[in-house]
Amino acid sequence: MAEKKEEFIKVKANWNIPYTHSAGKCASHFFQEMKEKKRIFGIRCPKCQRVMLPPRSFCERCFVETTDWVPVKDEGVVDSVSINYMEYTGMPKPPYAIAFIKLDGSDSRLMHFVGGVDLSDWKKAKELVKIGTRVKAVWKEEREGRMTDIMYFKPISAK
Amino acid sequence: MRRVAIIGVGQTKFRTRRDDATHEELTFEGVSRALEDAALSISQIESFVYGTMDPFDGVNSPDKWCVGGAGAVGKPYIKISTGGTTGLTTGIAAYHQVASGAFDIAMAVCTQRVGVGDDAQSILNTCVCPIYERDAGAGAITVGAQQASRHMFKYGSTDYQRALVSVDAHKNALNNPYAHIQVDVTPEDVMNSRMIEWPLRLLECCPRSDGACAVIFASEEQAKKLCPKPAWVWGEASIIDSYWWGERPDLADWDILSLAGRRLFKMAGIENPIKEIDVAELYAPFTSQTLLELEALGFCGKGESGPQIEKGVFKMDGEMAVNPSGGVLCTNPIGATGLVRLVEACLQVTGKAEKRQVPDAEVALAHAWGGTMQLHALMIVGKHKR
Repeated sequence: MAEKKEEFIKVKANWNIPYTHSAGKCASHFFQEMKEKKRIFGIRCPKCQRVMLPPRSFCERCFVETTDWVPVKDEGVVDSVSINYMEYTGMPKPPYAIAFIKLDGSDSRLMHFVGGVDLSDWKKAKELVKIGTRVKAVWKEEREGRMTDIMYFKPISAK
Repeated sequence: MRRVAIIGVGQTKFRTRRDDATHEELTFEGVSRALEDAALSISQIESFVYGTMDPFDGVNSPDKWCVGGAGAVGKPYIKISTGGTTGLTTGIAAYHQVASGAFDIAMAVCTQRVGVGDDAQSILNTCVCPIYERDAGAGAITVGAQQASRHMFKYGSTDYQRALVSVDAHKNALNNPYAHIQVDVTPEDVMNSRMIEWPLRLLECCPRSDGACAVIFASEEQAKKLCPKPAWVWGEASIIDSYWWGERPDLADWDILSLAGRRLFKMAGIENPIKEIDVAELYAPFTSQTLLELEALGFCGKGESGPQIEKGVFKMDGEMAVNPSGGVLCTNPIGATGLVRLVEACLQVTGKAEKRQVPDAEVALAHAWGGTMQLHALMIVGKHKR
C-alpha cells in the first residue's frame, strides 16, 4: 500500500525573559565613575600588582581581595579586532568593529567597539581599525552607568 | 586508574533541522547506533553521562527530556555542560566512571539541536558577562575572528592559508556520510564568499547542526569479553582558563591548550606528537582556530601552521591527517560536537572509517574547546593498548 507522505508539524515557541543582573560593589563603583566623571578606573591586585580592567573585587590568580583603585586613561591601543557584517537577533546593528583594547595604565584588555569611522566596506575598514591603532573613548552625553556610556573608541588619527 | 576501552560509537546524520524527530527521538537514534556498533543491549549499560549546551534547544536542561531516548531510566545519570567542550567533557566524565572502577560499562551521549533556534549567535552572546562585556555584540564568531586578526598580525598567516583549511575540510566531509555540509569548494570560493566578521568569511565558519552521538566505555576486562576491536584510551586532559578573555597573554597563541596538551601527551606517553599521532580531530568551527590549535598542540612551531598547511602536511595523505571527518567546519551540533570528534578518532583507529579511512591509523587525538576561548578537552585513543 502506497503511504501518503505526511508533513512534519512544527511547534513555535519563544523564550524571552527579562533579567536584572547585580553588578556588585566593584562594578557599581566603576560605573559610577564613568557616569558622573567620564573616568575609567582599573583595580590593582595587592599581591601581583597587575591593574585589572574591567575591575573585579578579587584577583583570581592570587585569590586575594582587591581594593586599590587606579585611574586608567580613556586612550589606548587596539590589540586584536574583528568587524562584524551580520545582523543577529537583539544584537547591535552591523557593521560594528569589536576590539580588545589595552588602555594606558591597564595590564589587561577591555572589549569594546571601535567606531567613528566608516565601516561599511571591510576593505577600507580594516585599514582604519588595525592592530596597533591608537583609540580614544567617545562618551555619551546622557550616561546611565553602563559600558555603553562609552559609545565606542575612535581612532585618534581619524577626523 | 584502570585501563579503559571504547567498545562502541554511534552518530546520526547531521543537518540543519531534523523535523522528522524530536529531541528524545534523535537521542534514541544516536544511542541505538552505538549499541548496534558494540552489539550490546541497553540493559548492559550501567551508567550514563549526558551532554548538551542548554539554551540552543530552547528547553531548560534537555537532558531530562532525553533520558528515555538515552535508555537511562532507572540508572545513574549525570549531565555535563561546558559550552563547545561539552561533548568531549562528557566523554571524559564517562571515561572517569569506568577508569575509577565505579562502573564497568558507561555511556557518553550527546544531543544538540542548534537548528531549532532562529539565531545561534544571539544565544552565544549570552555566554559573556552581562555586566561588562555583553553590550559589545560578541558571538562565537568573534572568538575565531579575533584570533585570526591577531594571528595574521603576529605570525603573518594569510587569507589563502585559512582558505586551504576550509578546502581540505570540505573535501574530507564529502567522504563522510554523517557530515552536514557536503560541497566541494576551491580556495577562490572561500576567498570570495560573503564577509561575515572580518577577517572570517562564510566558508570559514561552521553551520548550525542538529544531531546526536554516543560512545560506550568499558573496563579492560569487559572490553576483552565484548569487543574484538576496541579503541583503547591512552590519555585525556581537560582544562579551564579565566573567564576574562582580555587577560589572555596573546590571542594569537592558545596557551591554555598548550598546557592541556602537555598534560595529555605525558599521560599518553607521546613524545613527538606529529610523528606518533596519525589523526587529529580538532574542534575548529572557524578556519583560524585550526592554525592556533596545530601550533598550541605542538604539531608545528609557532607561526608555522600556515606554511605547513600550504605544503599539505595535514591533508588526508599528509604527515598527520587533520579532521578526516570534515571537522567542525562542516558539522556543528555544538554540545555534541566534541563527542563527534571522539567518535571519528575511534572509527579511524579501529579501521571503520570507510571512505575517509586514514591508512594504518593507530593513534588518534580528539579535541574540543568552549566558552570565551576558555575550556579545552582532549583524548587520545589507540588501536593497541598502551
